[in-house]
Amino acid sequence: MGPLVPLQNISNELNLLIAFVIGLGFGIALEQAGFSSSRKLAGMFYGYDTTVLKVFFTAAITAMLGLIFLNFIGLIDLDIVYVNEYYVYSAIVGGVIMGAGFIIGGFCPGTSFTAAAIGKVDAMWFILGSMIGILIFGETFIFWQDLYMSGYKGAIKISDVLGIRDGYFALLLILVATLMFWVAELAEKKFKREDITKEI
Amino acid sequence: MPGRQADTYINMKEKIRHPKPYMNPYLAGILLGFVLLASFYLTGRGLGASGATRSMVIGAVTTVTPEHAENSGYFSKYLGDNQMKTWLVLEIAGVIIGGFLSGAWAGRLKIRVEHSPGITKRKRIYMAILGGLLFGFGSQLGRGCTSGAALTGMSVMSLAGFVTMMAIFGTAFLLAYFFRKNWI
Repeated sequence: MGPLVPLQNISNELNLLIAFVIGLGFGIALEQAGFSSSRKLAGMFYGYDTTVLKVFFTAAITAMLGLIFLNFIGLIDLDIVYVNEYYVYSAIVGGVIMGAGFIIGGFCPGTSFTAAAIGKVDAMWFILGSMIGILIFGETFIFWQDLYMSGYKGAIKISDVLGIRDGYFALLLILVATLMFWVAELAEKKFKREDITKEI
Repeated sequence: MPGRQADTYINMKEKIRHPKPYMNPYLAGILLGFVLLASFYLTGRGLGASGATRSMVIGAVTTVTPEHAENSGYFSKYLGDNQMKTWLVLEIAGVIIGGFLSGAWAGRLKIRVEHSPGITKRKRIYMAILGGLLFGFGSQLGRGCTSGAALTGMSVMSLAGFVTMMAIFGTAFLLAYFFRKNWI
């Protein structure tokens, strides 16, 4: 029965080795998807390359369905799987600031590491910038403390909010994602920029 | 250069000039989804990235002024462990090596600043620093970035994950027009 580390008395060393191996897979998947290129990532917001949307939703749905199946056949105890806690205001304001960082900087933290790994100098500077941003947040935390803690709703699930079972929500998300993939494929034709896509 | 080495050298150059195409995005998404699922099955938690950057920052602050880190209302929450041996730091070490191996296999290893012809290298670097700064700051306020909050959060159906995802992508879409010269 999983998750293995919290339930099966796995040593800390083995847990860190697991972290490294999972990271290898994460890095390979991101780099193979093309997330080591900022102009490919940014293509999402101009329509000429919508890889971000396709990879992101396919990955979320694959993992979501996997969890549902593993739970169904009794291989994972979902009560132990961490569900992100919802603090209304910090999630929204934090997300808005990250969105601005994305369109200005062209990476997010995970993709900046894969891009730096294949020699993208802009990604290395992005990592330095994100370290400065984290340092600033930590040093000025007193000003954001109230915002950071306000609107606490607990580890709530979207399926509970909508009042439907997890499986129905997964089905709904698959339908929405399929529609978005269709729009994305149309967008890539409409906003085609061969001069850019040839280079990235 | 002796024969075989010269051949390998030429092959490498040829490879970099004609890198392999990227993986089909839906296939790459399924691969990423399985990596995420493996993380849930093994550890009960998903993937992350900005948490590793925070560990590096805390590690640096602690090395320079340990008292200051202890007195910090935010960083002190995370003190205690060896910052360079946290789960996310090891995971990100894997990400860097995995990314490198994938790039080497595909012929994409190259030191360069990637930028649109509309802007200079210098401007691209300034924008990367500024964007990184905002992303770093926002990831702390939002309790995680695209990996830990949005992607991982969505796959466990957390409302927080969906809200963060919409805030990130919504804002980027809204601002895209103003920064178009940087990209297209």
